[in-house]
Amino acid sequence: MRYLPKSPADREAMLKAMGLRSVDDLFAPIPAEYRLNRDLKIPRQMAESEIVDYFRQRSRENAEGYVSFLGAGAYSHYRPVIIDSLISRGEFLTAYTPYQAEISQGTLQSIFEFQTMISELTGMEVANASMYDGSTAAAEAVMMAVRLTGRRSVVLARSLHPEYREVLATYATHQGMPLSVAGFGENGRVNLAELEKSISAETACVLIQSPNFFGTLEDVAAVADIAHRNGALLVVSIAEAVSLGIVEPPREADIIAMEAQSFGVPLGFGGPYCGVIATREKFVRQMPGRLVGQTVDKHGKRGFVLTLATREQHIRREKATSNICTNQALVALMVNIFMTVYGKVGLKELAKQNLAKAAYAAAQFGKQGEVLFGGAPRFNEFVVRTSEDAYAINNRLLGHKVIGGLPLKKFYPELGNAALWCCTELTTRSSIDTAVGLVAESERSVQSAKQETEEMVR
Amino acid sequence: MAYPTDRKYTKEHEWILANGNTATIGITNYAQESLGDIVFVELPKVGAELTAGKTFGTVESVKAVSDLFAPVSGTVTEINADLATSPENVNKDAHAAWMIRISLKDPKQLDSLLSSSDYEKFVAEEGGH
Amino acid sequence: MTDRIRKATRHVNQNEGLIFEKSSAGKAAWKVPPLDVPEVDSASLLGGIERKDLGNMPEVSEIEIIRHFTRLSTWNYAIDLGMYPLGSCTMKYNPRVNEAVARVEGIANGHPYQPEKISQGALQIIKTLSQCLIEITGMDAITLQPAAGAHGEMTGLLMVRAYHHSQGRPRKKVLIPDSAHGTNPATAAMVDYAVENLKSDSRGMVDISALAAQMNEDVAALMLTNPNTLGVFEQDIHKIADILHAKGGLLYMDGANMNALVGKVRPGDFGVDLMHLNLHKTFSTPHGGGGPGSGPVAVKTILEPFLPKPVLINKPDGTLGFEYNRPQSVGRVRAFYGNFGMFVRALAYIQANGPDGLRQTTEDAVLNANYIRKGLEGTYELPYATPTMHEVVFSDKLQAKKGVRTMDIAKRLIDYGFHPYTTAFPLIVPGAMMIEPTESESIEELDFFVEAMKSIADEVEENPQTVLDAPHSTRVSRLDETAAARKPVLRWKPVV
Repeated sequence: MRYLPKSPADREAMLKAMGLRSVDDLFAPIPAEYRLNRDLKIPRQMAESEIVDYFRQRSRENAEGYVSFLGAGAYSHYRPVIIDSLISRGEFLTAYTPYQAEISQGTLQSIFEFQTMISELTGMEVANASMYDGSTAAAEAVMMAVRLTGRRSVVLARSLHPEYREVLATYATHQGMPLSVAGFGENGRVNLAELEKSISAETACVLIQSPNFFGTLEDVAAVADIAHRNGALLVVSIAEAVSLGIVEPPREADIIAMEAQSFGVPLGFGGPYCGVIATREKFVRQMPGRLVGQTVDKHGKRGFVLTLATREQHIRREKATSNICTNQALVALMVNIFMTVYGKVGLKELAKQNLAKAAYAAAQFGKQGEVLFGGAPRFNEFVVRTSEDAYAINNRLLGHKVIGGLPLKKFYPELGNAALWCCTELTTRSSIDTAVGLVAESERSVQSAKQETEEMVR
Repeated sequence: MAYPTDRKYTKEHEWILANGNTATIGITNYAQESLGDIVFVELPKVGAELTAGKTFGTVESVKAVSDLFAPVSGTVTEINADLATSPENVNKDAHAAWMIRISLKDPKQLDSLLSSSDYEKFVAEEGGH
Repeated sequence: MTDRIRKATRHVNQNEGLIFEKSSAGKAAWKVPPLDVPEVDSASLLGGIERKDLGNMPEVSEIEIIRHFTRLSTWNYAIDLGMYPLGSCTMKYNPRVNEAVARVEGIANGHPYQPEKISQGALQIIKTLSQCLIEITGMDAITLQPAAGAHGEMTGLLMVRAYHHSQGRPRKKVLIPDSAHGTNPATAAMVDYAVENLKSDSRGMVDISALAAQMNEDVAALMLTNPNTLGVFEQDIHKIADILHAKGGLLYMDGANMNALVGKVRPGDFGVDLMHLNLHKTFSTPHGGGGPGSGPVAVKTILEPFLPKPVLINKPDGTLGFEYNRPQSVGRVRAFYGNFGMFVRALAYIQANGPDGLRQTTEDAVLNANYIRKGLEGTYELPYATPTMHEVVFSDKLQAKKGVRTMDIAKRLIDYGFHPYTTAFPLIVPGAMMIEPTESESIEELDFFVEAMKSIADEVEENPQTVLDAPHSTRVSRLDETAAARKPVLRWKPVV
């Protein structure tokens, strides 16, 4: 077996040195009746070339070579090649949690830079070293708000990612955290009147997403005002991190729960991604997850350590802020490198391109069909309503190697034949025109079918 | 270490100094020594109700958290706000660095607590383990 | 002193600053292509919420970024540099083919919402890995959704809750041995179970009479790590399962130490009802400086209805797809389907091993740990004489007499070119030194390690100060953690 650095003679020598006859002696503590006396029924040992071949075949069955208009919490942005060059260094890839600071300064300093850049981009004072993903970060942020306020109920926007809502519901089940949902208005934003009605003296926090699931930017100031007037905290989820390059961050928020996948993390069929929580300094002791802090060594030299560890499970056990242990360090490193590459100016240019592509696409779709939620600004996603079922249209688009927008029927039946379309800097004008053309064709055929029916009726 | 005789002690290593119907509470020198460098002290809000034997806050060192247990029942009237920014004061002089003041619910509860000599004996035994 | 050190890794010492300190206006490492659609006026599109300034984000060139992170990397210890015997963490070799296949176009760039009919490759990977893990654990069904071990624990306990609820008898508490990982009690609290501690006996195993006394109809489950954190296989496992099952409780196994069992024994065969695995431990996905992990939860049939949704199914047309209509499911624990990239790596690892390779891996892991145990017995105190499997726990009792503690010995080990073992855990061993070499070490490396540990023990006798001041060979010496915690500096700020 090529990963095992031992010859049969080595094993013999080791057993002999230990005064054992066979390796079975070492497994004697396992009661005989439970020992497995056969081979596991799993694929046989494969050569490296066979393994590579197996996954190349799976890749071919997996939308290779399609143009995609999908977003909805997982975004296709260009990944600078140096991300993979750098994270492939064994010193990053094969290290573990930096508990031994003296031989982990590389990981620690890079996390400190990550925390700094996330703080800068979100307009918050502190950020942690990462969480599993945006959905669990949102749930953890809500639990943090519950601890901070001593209140238990939560109001969340229906315009929050539906799967984030599901995750929060799962986390809340056994923590006595009643959830209520505030709907969205004509402009796609959270309905403020409804929010005002749902909030009470028991509300720990209001949770919204901006840009929200429809790509619409929420009126964060107005929501914050309602939350704060009622003594509740405002938690803002950000699923499309690139928006921070051109959109004011939700500075009125008390906690930001982010998904940083857009910053250089491959789509990877949904994970691993990179959640992160940012907040105000005064709330830091209730923040879950690892934190890196700056300090000095015995000779006064600057160095970095994991700090405020008493919040965490390995010390506080059942009283910890969260059970989180492993985080997403390597993915956070991808994010860190991406943020460093684009930096202060590049992120803005990148975000502008996203804005321009989506604005162009929305305008083109608007000429052929109905683009919903026009009354509020949006970033790089928009909702198109068609006469024909969105799945049927998408099926035709697939024939042209185009994956259309995400049909919303499953999540928002009230929107009818609507689909959520996303354009990033990688979406070309010609692919937009192709998609618009195919949707227009669908509209025309439905219209003419309708006319024919009407004529027949007449 | 001599433990001041003006106050009472608990087996959870708190001291309590009574003055009429009010009392001041802190942790003992033995407690600060075994915790090591204290980095954070979490205290209740003024007005909080304490129940004898129940936790009212925590003291943290870099790698440990210890609960603070109320020696007696009462209501918090004042907290030592300095500890928020200077937790090291507890290490410097644990018997001076008080944590909370309370108004006593039942001053008779003090009678069941340890005297300084009893406490000294208690920590001598505990340290010997 | 230095002639004792035969194998040391010295890192490149450079005074690399923070990236922000290299930044100056006008430098750039990026370029976007010309826009092929009309430019937009972002101010008018976004109204009052256009962002004007990105604060202190850096402006640097590409070569500076490459050098920056490459230099930082040289300040890390890693498996690729040498033995990393962190007990409970299973720091084994991370095969590079895993990384290569995870980056194949259709696998790396698949969108989670792309139609199922063009996602068959990804779904097939999920299915094949699921089947392998079910066979390895001897369980009946599995979810790959949890993002890490602790997340798997939470998922598992949610299922335990849902199960008891369906039986019409919600229960109040879980039993957790005093040797357990801190995530176990933290998880129990998250699903609102009270935690009751279970004592270990003099062998370092669950105290059966204590378990029998504490077990009642209020107990939902026992969370058991097996082998436990002492590396000891719970020999009375069948009695433990019987005691639980007799009163309607479930046996949850923390699979952190599965590297001691794969191919040799299956938890499903010894009475476990549900368990989580750590793909980043047992199945070689890289630890990456602290993640990402992946924490699948395997269950017996009785718990299958409660699996998180969606669940992968075979559809009538012969293709694979997700089923969302699962009325008894505990719900979703994460958006999308889990850390798919880790599934790819774990499957590649299983394929590279096959049944014979996995069994040999387990045997070597146990052989290595026992070789170290034999080598260090007598030099360091062994608090439990019970035979151990893939890891061994010593204590600093002998060295503590000279004022040298487990953390000091750990720090000195760095000078000898090794990553330290796990210190101060499990909690039931004062001054614990928890050593897990994994299968990835040759005799030569193991001998160096034993020699280093013995040499440090000598130093403790002859010159304890050398050990107390360690490490001596690193870029920074011991760091002031107290100052870091008292006045936290959690981000860089420009000097004004």
